[in-house]
Amino acid sequence: MRPFLHGGSCGDACCLRVQNLSVTIGNNQILSDVNLHVHCGQLVAVIGPNGAGKSTFLKAVLGQQDYDGVIVFSAPGQRGRKAKIGYVPQSPAFDPGDPVSVADLFLCCRSRRPAFFGTSKKQREWILSCLDRVHGCDLIDKRIGTLSGGELQRVLLALALEPLPNILILDEPLSGVDIEGQTGLMDMLDEIRKEYDLSILMTTHDFSLLPRYADQVVLVNHKTVTKGTPEEVLASEEFRQVFHMPGGGAK
Amino acid sequence: MSVWYWLCELLPLEMLRWDFIKNALLAILIMSPLFGLLSTMIVTGRMSFFSDALGHSAFTGIAIGCICGIAAPIWMAVAFSVAFALLFSFVRSRSNQAADTLIGVFSSTAVALGIFIATLGGDSFTRYNKYLIGDILSVTPDQIGTLALVLAAVLVFWVLFSNQLTLTAVHPQLAGSRGIPVGLSQTLFTTAIAVVVTLTISSVGLLILNSLLVLPGASARNIARNLKQYHILSVVLALIAGLAGLFISYYLGTSAGASISLCLGAIFGICFCFRKRRA
Repeated sequence: MRPFLHGGSCGDACCLRVQNLSVTIGNNQILSDVNLHVHCGQLVAVIGPNGAGKSTFLKAVLGQQDYDGVIVFSAPGQRGRKAKIGYVPQSPAFDPGDPVSVADLFLCCRSRRPAFFGTSKKQREWILSCLDRVHGCDLIDKRIGTLSGGELQRVLLALALEPLPNILILDEPLSGVDIEGQTGLMDMLDEIRKEYDLSILMTTHDFSLLPRYADQVVLVNHKTVTKGTPEEVLASEEFRQVFHMPGGGAK
Repeated sequence: MSVWYWLCELLPLEMLRWDFIKNALLAILIMSPLFGLLSTMIVTGRMSFFSDALGHSAFTGIAIGCICGIAAPIWMAVAFSVAFALLFSFVRSRSNQAADTLIGVFSSTAVALGIFIATLGGDSFTRYNKYLIGDILSVTPDQIGTLALVLAAVLVFWVLFSNQLTLTAVHPQLAGSRGIPVGLSQTLFTTAIAVVVTLTISSVGLLILNSLLVLPGASARNIARNLKQYHILSVVLALIAGLAGLFISYYLGTSAGASISLCLGAIFGICFCFRKRRA
């Protein structure tokens, strides 16, 4: 596990810097004074109860939500160049009847050639190479509505990795995935992070896997409540208070 | 048209000695790919009810055009349908009501407005019947020319925008996260349907139009496993139903529109029996 770099200034090592972020929708202040640094190659998990503003936070980071404060992306070792972002949305439910295959989904997302023309040999090879990153080559001809939660997350992950981003952002990737699938998915994220030297920012409800995979955990409940290593956060008084747990923290 | 008439005479079919049948056959050959294509997206985007409402709003536009004394009320109808589609998109994006509820509100208001205007001053409603029932057998060479132009425009539109429209239809949030302007895509498509529905309604009538906009796509979905199969099947099934309906109508003396719609219904039933299993 990589050391968590504490401190304010992180220069080139910082892939995403969020300072004093606040989001107000109508008269409701959803987030205020949220601070976060994601360092190169780190996996950072944002946790918090339902309605704490985790999804709003990701929307602000992705530029899909107006905000006040500072959000800065930078590509590692390339000052002034904006980091490329890969985004995996919260497990979307597709209609099982939709006649859209995984290959069609790739073409709709990434190709100018109309998907209804079919997949050329070259395109099929490209899609297989993308799916190979998530060990999902066998999924290419499956219809997206028939994929299991874990398979769908792998396909969306393969999409987010093309082109290879500097930072990968995942919204609740573990929801709708069974326990075995969760471990498999986290192992895959860890492998991808190391192989392609990516930073990963994810929101999650599942704390049991954090000590094994996350470098940094940020507890958000409309503001940054606490942050640190998974062990520090999960054992903290703030964590117990936010999740109404009796003494002892999360196991 | 003379080339088409000459080609028809080469075919050993007794029914093709009539010019109106030759016209109807050509109209069907143009309409089937047109509506077959549109149908795929309408069904995937759950807009079947909306396309039906658009047909009714087109009728209201025609009534307004007639009452205003405009020579070609069809262009008034196009303007009204586009305004209807844009207003619907605007209200849908700002309302928390379900889409089918809003379509019900817009559809019934538009129809009521159309009948109100058409019967203003005690006028008879019967002169609008051709728009409601329509008749493919009375299609004129000019109307076939319009259909061909609409088909060419839709083909260009499809090649340029079908990828982003498909992604928006299957999952708007995913499309948004891939940088696709979801609201603009939806508005573009509803406007395109509004224009196509209105330009074709006076040639073919509301009944056959709504069947052709929904049933080919709905039938193809039962058996298609990817977008290529979906598009090919939708167009081919629309073509089969159109030709079979025309033959049945000629030999049994029934309404062509109703015959084609019934054939589409039968094709849906057959496709349903052979529907794909979850795989």
